[in-house]
Parts: sequence; C-alpha cells; structure tokens
Amino acid sequence: MDEIQKILLEQVAGLHEMPAGAYNIRANGTSTDRSTTANIDIVTKEDKQGIDIVIKPGTRKESVHIPVLLSQSGLTEMVYNDFHVGDDCDVTIVAGCGIHNSGDADSRHDGIHSFFIGKNSHVKYVEKHYGSGDGHGSRIMNPETVIELGENSFMELETVQIKGVDSTRRSTSARLADGAKLIVTEKLMTHGAQTAETAFQVDLDGADSSANIISRSVARDESRQLFLSKINGNNRCKGHSECDGIIMDNAKISAIPEITAGCLDAELIHEAAIGKIAGEQITKLMTLGLTEEEAEAQIVNGFLK
Amino acid sequence: MLELQNLSFQVSDDTKGQKEIIKDINLTFDDHAFIAITGPNGGGKSTLAKLIMGIEQPTAGRILFNGTDITGMDITGRARLGISFAFQQPVRFKGIKVKDLLSLAAQTRTDSCQGTREPAVPAGSAASKAAPLAAAQTRTNLSSACDYLSQVGLCARDYINRDVDASLSGGELKRIEIATIIARNTPLAVFDEPEAGIDLWSFNNLIKVFEELHQTRDNSLIIISHQERILNIADEIVVLAGGNVQARGRREDILPELLKGTEGCRFYK
Repeated sequence: MDEIQKILLEQVAGLHEMPAGAYNIRANGTSTDRSTTANIDIVTKEDKQGIDIVIKPGTRKESVHIPVLLSQSGLTEMVYNDFHVGDDCDVTIVAGCGIHNSGDADSRHDGIHSFFIGKNSHVKYVEKHYGSGDGHGSRIMNPETVIELGENSFMELETVQIKGVDSTRRSTSARLADGAKLIVTEKLMTHGAQTAETAFQVDLDGADSSANIISRSVARDESRQLFLSKINGNNRCKGHSECDGIIMDNAKISAIPEITAGCLDAELIHEAAIGKIAGEQITKLMTLGLTEEEAEAQIVNGFLK
Repeated sequence: MLELQNLSFQVSDDTKGQKEIIKDINLTFDDHAFIAITGPNGGGKSTLAKLIMGIEQPTAGRILFNGTDITGMDITGRARLGISFAFQQPVRFKGIKVKDLLSLAAQTRTDSCQGTREPAVPAGSAASKAAPLAAAQTRTNLSSACDYLSQVGLCARDYINRDVDASLSGGELKRIEIATIIARNTPLAVFDEPEAGIDLWSFNNLIKVFEELHQTRDNSLIIISHQERILNIADEIVVLAGGNVQARGRREDILPELLKGTEGCRFYK
C-alpha cells in the first residue's frame, strides 16, 4: 500500500494499520488484503465485482472493515457487496470510499450494499466518503444501500461526506419488519461546484417498526444539494425525518420530504429547515473573542460534528 | 476605564426620516465600578450596551476604553481587549455544547487581578484558523467549566454535555450566558437585562453572582436592568430616557427618587 492509499484509508476508515477483526481492502479495483474470523466470512463474488460478507448467528462485539481506495486516475468501477447478518448479532461494519485523483480523467466508484439483517440483531454501519487530488478529473461516488431489517432488529447508519467528492448520488432504501428500528444520520458538506443528491425511501411494513432519518448538511460556494426522503407507514409505526441545511456563498439546497401514512396508527413527521448561519450566532462568538471567520468555522464544525 | 464622548446613534425611520436613539451622551465610568443603567422601555439602554460592545456602530462620538479609542474597533477586537457582553436573549446553537461555549469563553479570559492577559491568537494567523475550540480545550479543564456552571446555580453534570439549543429553557440559557461572562473574567462586563426570563429562585442567585463578581474581582460591571433589587446592589445608577442621560449618581441618591413611582419621578418626565 502506498502513502496516498494509507492517507485515504485513514480518512475513510480511521485506520493507521490493518484493523482487528474481519476486513477486506479493495484498492484500484482488486481486493488487496483480507482477513476473516471464526464468525465472519468474506467471499469474493464469482458472477460480478464484489464480496459477500456472511456473519454467523449470535456473533457479538465483532467488526468488519471494507474500505475502498482509488488512487489511479480514470478508474471506473461498479461493486456489489452483500451483508448477510444472522439472528442475534451485534456487529459494527465500517465501509467507506476514498478517491485520490491527480489526473485528468474521471474516477468513479459505484457501490451497491445490500443488508439482510436477521431477527434481534443490532448493526452499526458507518460509511465515510472522501476525495483528494488536484487533477482536473472528477471524483464521483454513487453509493446505493438496500436494507432488509428482520423482526426486532436495529440498524444505525451513519454516513459522512465532508470533503473532496465532486459528484455523489446516494440512494438508501429500507424495509422494516415487526419491531425493527432504523436510525440514519447523514452529515454532508459540499463546496466548489460539487453536487450531492441523497434519496431515502423507508417502508415501515412491520407493526411497531420505527425510523428516524436525520440529515445535516452545509453547502458552500456554488455547490448544489438535493435531499429527498420518503417514509411510508404501512402499519402501526413511527417515522420521522429531519433535514437541516446551512447555505453559504451562492450555494443551493433543496429538501423534499414525503410521508405517506397507509395505516390509522402510523405516526409520521417530517421537518426541514434551510438557511444561512444566523448573524446573531456569529456576533455571540465574536463577543467571546473569535474572529468572524473563526466563528463561522466553529458553527459549521459544531453543526456537522 | 470607559469613556463615552458625545455618543450618538441614529437609525433611518420611514415616517420621520432619521430617528435618534442615543443623543449626544457623555459618560465616564471608573475602574472597579458597578453601574446599573435603567430607564423606561425604548429609552436607549440596550442600544447603549451594544454600542459599548461594538454590535452597533455610533453615528457620532467616541468610545475610549482604558485610554484607547475603540470607536472603530470591531466586536472581536473589543472582546480581546477585555470587554464581555451578556445578551438579553442568549443565542442558541445546534451542535455546540455548553462545555464548548465555556471553553471558547475561557480561551480569551483576562486576569485583571494580576494585570496579565493570555495572549490572544492574532486574527488571520494560521493558528487562528485551526479550530479555536481545540486550542481552547487545552487551556480550560472541565473542572473550571463546572465551577462556572455551579456559580450560576446549574448542576454541571446535567448541563456540561448538552447542546446550547432549543432543548434548554430560556432561564437555563440565560444562566449559561452569565456563566460564559464569569469564564471570560474581563475588565469590563456588560449585562443586558440579565433578569429577563429568569425565575425567582434563579434571581436570588443572580443577585449573589453579581455581588460576588463585584467583591472578589477588580472588574467593572455595567448592568442594564429594570429590577429594583439589582439597582439596589449597584454603586451608581444611570437613568437613560429618550436617548438622554436623565440622571446619574450614587445609588443612595438616585434610587429613592426612582422608587417614588414613575408618575412622580422627575427622571421619567
């Protein structure tokens, strides 16, 4: 692994070295390192690009890291990763993609992650996206996440994209069985001429299922963001979506929440608020001795923390 | 300590053209002063406080702080020079915790008792752009943040990790605002109606906080207030009405007149 790849690995997975537990590192289109455990198996797909991650029932307090690194300009790939999580598991999965593009051709990673989560299982899924490099070629990522949550299972999904991704289209869909729970937190910052689209569709099919989708985003310069969230309450359930956006410079954010209740006992709420940083917030921090720029940075950092 | 020379502030008014909020005011405040500024609503009290902090710019006149002309100085410059300001309606933030705010406040604290001051990071330097909070946290430990909260009657454990957002009540927010001023410990602290939105129990504590601040530190306090009990602990009272100083003097001389009621009060006429 070269220095650029090491930096990407640290940015997307917080790793300085090979992680403990199961992992698969994909660099420039091929799996370069892999480790499995007694409970977690990783198998290369034979019919297409990607891997199957198979987690045995009852696996607890284990983690899987599957970072993707692209440092070769002009590389385009489409990867299918399927996660089969057995019943009664408690696992953390860290994915993420880092692209370093110093050339003039576009680099693009499209990934479809499918989760099949068994009964009573808890999965924490963290996904970070990061781009670097000073070439003219764009850094493009289009992640798709498809989630099937079994009875009484619980998934926490954290996605972060703070820097360097020129274009992204994120699509997440989830179907929840009885008693299942989904919490999504999305942190997004775009700058320059970047564009980002995120779309969520959640079907609350099971009785007493619940979903909470929280998006916080900052758009600077000329960047554009679109946030779509669709929650369908098809049973006795609770659904909530919240989009909070800060716009700066000439940026633009659109938020389009949609909720559909198909059951008398479905309780669905959506909230969306977009605006510039409140002037009084900057004034308050200036009275504590911060400059206007420091105050602005402090507010944005806190907001996306 | 603080001199206001021929200070005026006008705003554009659609119907009357220019409207004068502060009219050619001259005031001098000594070191270690405890001054209450009072007067009817709309008399210019909050505007005067904002002019001192630099939140509003005067249309005429000068402001001197310890001999330095700060009239053209921005809020940051005045804050670093040693002025702090408690807002009448404290600001809420999403994602900034109580301990973050206290750390930021303590970062630029001054220690007037010893006449020394921690060097402020020069604006625009590389260090100033690197997360100010990180630098602040190295200087402020959690226990001092807890002390500040205890002083305003809040149990630190319950508040230190909470966001300074809509989940806090108006009274809680107000007390946290005052804690940031204690944390800053500047030579001059200006409080804009600290009693507004505070319940009776907290109010008793608030009086104690001001008394302690005045007795244990050499700093000067300027408090904008309508509350008799606050006026009652000040050394001096300034009555501001219609943008003019109607009266100024020792508490013993001014307060009895004010308490005769607004109808009979010569300062309110």
